Amino acid sequence: MKRGRTLFAAFLAIAVVATACGGAGSGGATATAVTRPDVIVGSTNFYEQITLGELYSQILEANGYKVTRKFNLGNREIVEPAIESGQIDVDAEYLATLLAFVDKNGAIAKPTTDPKETQTGLQKALDPKSLTVLDPAAATDQNGFVVTQATASSKSLKKLSDLAPIGNTLVLGGPPECPQRPFCAVGLKNTYGITFKDFRPLDAGGPLTVAALDGKQIDVGLLFTSDPSIVAKNFVLLDDDKHLQLADNIAPVVRNALLQKDDGTLKRLLNSISAKLSQTELNDMNKQVAVDKADSKAVAAAWLKKQGLIK
Amino acid sequence: MTALGDLARWLTDPANWQGSHGIPVRVLEHIELSGFSVLVALVIAMPIALYLGHTGRAGFVAINVANVGRALPSLALLAFGLVIAISLGLGLGFWPTVFALVPLAIPPILTNSYVAIREVDRDVVEAARGMGLSEGQILRSIEVPLGLPLMLAGIRTAAVNVVATATLGALVAGGALGRFIVDGLALQEYDQLMAGALLVALLAVGTEVSFAALERATVPAGMRVVR
Repeated sequence: MKRGRTLFAAFLAIAVVATACGGAGSGGATATAVTRPDVIVGSTNFYEQITLGELYSQILEANGYKVTRKFNLGNREIVEPAIESGQIDVDAEYLATLLAFVDKNGAIAKPTTDPKETQTGLQKALDPKSLTVLDPAAATDQNGFVVTQATASSKSLKKLSDLAPIGNTLVLGGPPECPQRPFCAVGLKNTYGITFKDFRPLDAGGPLTVAALDGKQIDVGLLFTSDPSIVAKNFVLLDDDKHLQLADNIAPVVRNALLQKDDGTLKRLLNSISAKLSQTELNDMNKQVAVDKADSKAVAAAWLKKQGLIK
Repeated sequence: MTALGDLARWLTDPANWQGSHGIPVRVLEHIELSGFSVLVALVIAMPIALYLGHTGRAGFVAINVANVGRALPSLALLAFGLVIAISLGLGLGFWPTVFALVPLAIPPILTNSYVAIREVDRDVVEAARGMGLSEGQILRSIEVPLGLPLMLAGIRTAAVNVVATATLGALVAGGALGRFIVDGLALQEYDQLMAGALLVALLAVGTEVSFAALERATVPAGMRVVR
């Protein structure tokens, strides 16, 4: 009898421990069944990249991965070789820009204005490097034309093609090279038929353009689509309805070696972020980090919780 | 040699001489910007220099404080001026640049004018005082006319410095000749860049020469060297 009772107590103890383990990992019973590979998440050196790195890191950590963060490494010239050589495993990239970077003269594929097409082209260029690009988000970081809320409502502007009939009454502001660039004034003229009254040379999506828009010295300004001042200053980003800009949608890039060690969960988790990452959501996070000076770790955690991606 | 050919072609292209982005407009903007900055510096520095020079008080301190203006990097002042101008709603371009240029123009004006007044022969000043001239009259009709060439030399130095540095304005979305340099660099149109640099240099030399002529013309008749 005594021996039987001890055995029962031992069973009970095991059961309690097992339940506790199951409760700890949100992945449930499978979390303890498979061993998760360690992941090194990298990023380049500006706020948006660090927030994206946090998003990727935190969703992986919540699902039992051991994550090492290597953020703020430098520009793409540093980060791309780092992922190729295995110093990092995952980073957030921009489809068209990365394609143009890895396939400089477009021998394998050329970036287009279509995200799906650009993703396919990029994958072809990444294959020899044993890298995989996962699903792109709707959010982009590319050239965008913005107006103030006042201009948008008084002239009822929503998309770039709305500018065509009234362009000759408006002043465009942007980087000095804009009048001769295909993705700036030249593209606006050729794709949309917009000719502006005048052009004011400012900076490449920087404080001068924001100040000039704010001070009504220009009517339309060139900013990056994920610029935090769009949210902070309540600017209206005009929809690129005729697809002038190359698809610089945000997408995770992962080393094939890591994907092979994993059971597909990592891919599913990172894709679940892309599925929810709209332009408004990204810009809102960028504004919190860059304008309100919030901690990117906290901003990423709050967003993942709000989207129901982590508990 | 092709560079020189490109430069000549750019300067002779009629398109570059027309409209709101043309050479004449940019030259006028440059003169306006530089002239206004020197004027502001004169208004600030001249009364101080005249007072200190005439009384001989605290000149050492004032000149050393003003000389800090030489040490402050104009680029930093420009960035600082931009922040101030935006917060005051003064806009981009003109005012931030003036803010950067004025501290550059003050030291030569202040130093030269102070020295000019101080160096007027004390015997002449004492004689004037003995003849019953008031302090204001001494300053107006003795010290200033005698010190004028040296004072003008100070203003000349300030003006030349300002004309050469006003190109910075283009960095904060201003007009003026710096536009050609900044845009030329951004577009990798080196003919435009060189043309801008050349025009600025010519304008600076022009300023130098006109002030030199003015200095010669203002030497009091009795002090002129007769050849």
